[in-house]
Amino acid sequence: MNLTLRVWRQAGPDAPGRFETYQATDVSEDASFLEMLDHVNESLIESGEEPIEFAHDCREGICGTCGLMINGQAHGPERATATCQLHMRKFADGDEIVIEPWRAAGFPIIKDLVVDRSAFDRIVEAGGYISVDTGSAPDGNLIPVPKEVADTSMDAAACIACGACVAACPNGAAQLFTSAKMQHLSVLPQGQPERYERAVAMVDTMEEFFGSCTNMGECEAACPKGISIDFIAMMNKDYRKGLMKTRRSA
Amino acid sequence: MTLDSKIPDAPLQDMWRDHKFNMKLVNPNNKRKFEIIIVGTGLAGASAAATLGELGYRVKVFTFHDSPRRAHSIAAQGGINAAKDYHGEGDSVWRLFYDTVKGGDYRSREANVYRLAEVSNNIIDQCVAQGVPFAREYGGFLDNRSFGGAQVRRTFYARGQTGQQLLLGAYQALARQVAAGTVELITQSEMLELVVVDGKASGIVVRDLVTGEITSHSAHAVVLGTGGYANAFYLSTNAMASNVTAAWRAHRKGAYFANPCFTQIHPTAIPSSDEFQSKLTLMSESLRNDGRIWVPNDPDETRAAADIPEADRDYFLERKYPAFGNLVPRDVASRNAKEVVDAGKGVGPLKNGVYLDFADAISRVGKQAVDDKYDNLFEMYERITGEDPFTSPMRIYPAPHYTMGGLWVDYHLQTTIPGLFAIGEANFSDHGANRLGASALMQGLADGYFVLPYTIGDYLAPMLGQSKVDTSASEFAMAEQAVREQTDKFLKTNGTRSVDWYHRELGKIMWDHCGMARNRAGLEKALSEIPALREEFHTNVRVPGSGSSLNSSLEKAGRVADFFELSELMCRDALMREESCGGHFREESQTEEGEALRDDDNFAFVGAWQWQGLGTDPALHKEQLTFDNVALSQRSYK
Ligand SMILES: Cc1cc2nc3c(=O)[nH]c(=O)nc-3n(C[C@H](O)[C@H](O)[C@H](O)COP(=O)(O)OP(=O)(O)OC[C@H]3O[C@@H](n4cnc5c(N)ncnc54)[C@H](O)[C@@H]3O)c2cc1C
Ligand code: SF4
Ligand code: FES
Repeated sequence: MNLTLRVWRQAGPDAPGRFETYQATDVSEDASFLEMLDHVNESLIESGEEPIEFAHDCREGICGTCGLMINGQAHGPERATATCQLHMRKFADGDEIVIEPWRAAGFPIIKDLVVDRSAFDRIVEAGGYISVDTGSAPDGNLIPVPKEVADTSMDAAACIACGACVAACPNGAAQLFTSAKMQHLSVLPQGQPERYERAVAMVDTMEEFFGSCTNMGECEAACPKGISIDFIAMMNKDYRKGLMKTRRSA
Repeated sequence: MTLDSKIPDAPLQDMWRDHKFNMKLVNPNNKRKFEIIIVGTGLAGASAAATLGELGYRVKVFTFHDSPRRAHSIAAQGGINAAKDYHGEGDSVWRLFYDTVKGGDYRSREANVYRLAEVSNNIIDQCVAQGVPFAREYGGFLDNRSFGGAQVRRTFYARGQTGQQLLLGAYQALARQVAAGTVELITQSEMLELVVVDGKASGIVVRDLVTGEITSHSAHAVVLGTGGYANAFYLSTNAMASNVTAAWRAHRKGAYFANPCFTQIHPTAIPSSDEFQSKLTLMSESLRNDGRIWVPNDPDETRAAADIPEADRDYFLERKYPAFGNLVPRDVASRNAKEVVDAGKGVGPLKNGVYLDFADAISRVGKQAVDDKYDNLFEMYERITGEDPFTSPMRIYPAPHYTMGGLWVDYHLQTTIPGLFAIGEANFSDHGANRLGASALMQGLADGYFVLPYTIGDYLAPMLGQSKVDTSASEFAMAEQAVREQTDKFLKTNGTRSVDWYHRELGKIMWDHCGMARNRAGLEKALSEIPALREEFHTNVRVPGSGSSLNSSLEKAGRVADFFELSELMCRDALMREESCGGHFREESQTEEGEALRDDDNFAFVGAWQWQGLGTDPALHKEQLTFDNVALSQRSYK
């Protein structure tokens, strides 16, 4: 199939950006979206131009490195699918495809389609962990975890930190990511001792970088792992409770 | 230099405990006087960095990824082994040790493997405490599955995302130390040189991938947790950026490279669909628990899989290996798949796969139960191929997956350069000639959480009071200069072909001649083709753009340059090893039934290679392996 691409090119963080048009020719339906871009890049290199920079690594939908706005949709048209897992059979011959980076104040552009998502690491550093030193753990089966609880925890922990939720949100909010990271731990028995401190610390840090949530729900629709917005409600509850507790102890 | 593996003189069962007692300790208050550089934030690097930080060392950790959590470990699906025997099946540390030595086809060190099995249980405990959401039974206790090559259920898992969850556990522990200030995290920075001063590893030179800035960093010790090198084959199950550069540049500075030809070709990947394929996707080996592998008897078969009657099918693994059936070790499963495909019985449009069929499992336990058990795997298969594996069987074919070879390390995980340690897939230590499923995650975390943090203290303790080498030392300036020159050279070559083109061509040579089956003629051919292609690469590659901003072509150029040199060593090692063992199958050395034939009299050693300069043959050093606890026997899975 043949396609026309309109791709955002930007030389660096402070450089002005613009759309460039490229033709992608002879693309196989079985190719992935990123293989299609590889193909375009090969021809750019051949003609002596700089290839389009885009982030990717595992190409299996698990590392969370990839992420493009494709025709205005984070990760493109297929639901619950990361950009790297999107295949060209979802497009038709002759389509025009607009490709942009994530656009959010919390994710400054590094180059072309690559953005800086390090704010996510800052949120985790604020409290997205259970404080247990190596070697101090009791036998694994001394902490039974009901299956439903383990499953809920895993549902949240499946987040790949791609940032699509932020990119899809009109406010550039990071509630879905933060709540997934938090509830993964906070629903587990092991996560109880630090539960409320964790909620306050992570939310406060999130707010330093990202916009506020107005319950639009766009994040859930864009999430490649189908993370549920229920986790946001759980986070908000923990946060309020956490504020009360910190106020009481202050 | 003779190789001293520093195996303690003690009975296996007491060895690690006694040795921990005998090693020198750094007093808690003195730990902050030592600086340690760790390169890599996969399971090995992140667990080591977190633990050393908790202990009080000052740690600097580097990754070329944009976050520690992106490391390739994230992609591991199936699970992690431990000898918990939670199901009362008679599993034990001894059995896990025994299985690992046997599975590795007697080319690993007993002492290291025993220690690995011994600490495996602590790993599970640690991960549970960190909040890793392992699969649970209804009673709330940990669930297990059995995994390729094991006859007990000892594999712990978190849906089909075990690597992700274990890595998140280590990443979170690391994040906690970053917040505590014991660990400094430096992302998007690639180590391009190891700096050795007075014979000791003293630091590294890194390039900031975003700004292009080249900087030096020094420390009392350097640890590499930089992963494996299966991408030498271009197409593999590894992440696109996985590479050998850190290990290779350390090799060029004096670290011996052990058993480079020991590579694992995984039996269950999705076959490639065309020329432009960029990577191969693994379908977890756990699928072999329920999936039955077969091909049609007739090479000219045209019917759809479901329409082929039982009588016209060849369940070749079940037929040849009645005891283990579809659960034979990876190397055996892969080679048998190659055999039937080479015989023209391959399935799919390119006839490049074998069926992995769930029809029996579905009729036994129902579609829902199968779907639940394998979570996202069926969906993932459909997404990639456009075919529904519930109605027609999956198609699979072997793909390069894991590398048992790596930097040679002693019992302390120290390389032949004092002060340089290697952990995780980057070292060669525990899997011999073949790694068992669910054992890489175990080894990475064993090294990082439970081994290195002790052994590194033994190296550091005598250095108390010595400050680290300053980065103003001339060795750092020279290393920076070397990096700058290489970068400039790539940008100036302005040839006609892309880096990827050369990588693909190299991969084809490696797959054809140093892949699942190897022979003298093929290896010699590869050894003449690789240097020629390498020459061409260096004079005709085209790397557009500049060195002062993000430039993925430039990053890849450096990595492919190292893959060229490594590939030559892999072929040389494969040529030297005139026996078949584990993943290394020399066609000249097989039994009458076509099984791998070891030659214990002549090859029961670790082959460790010493770099002698480009164009000069590397020197081979042998570490003889002795087996005092596991009797050497020809593996049989019949
Ligand atoms: C698809 C797949 C599935 C797997 N499934 C399983 C499984 O079910 N069970 C199992 O036991 N094993 C499995 N494995 C194997 C296992 O995942 C790996 O062996 C293991 O995760 C390697 O961990 P590591 O920490 O050694 O390296 P990696 O996770 O590869 O990490 C390497 C780190 O080093 C960094 N790095 C590398 N070079 C440099 C440099 N020059 N400068 C700076 N940073 C650098 C990278 O950024 C990264 O952080 C699987 C492997 C694959 C490919
Ligand atoms: S919540 Fe979903 S969209 Fe947001 S970072 Fe996680 S996986 Fe990506
Ligand atoms: S490249 Fe890893 S999730 Fe897409």
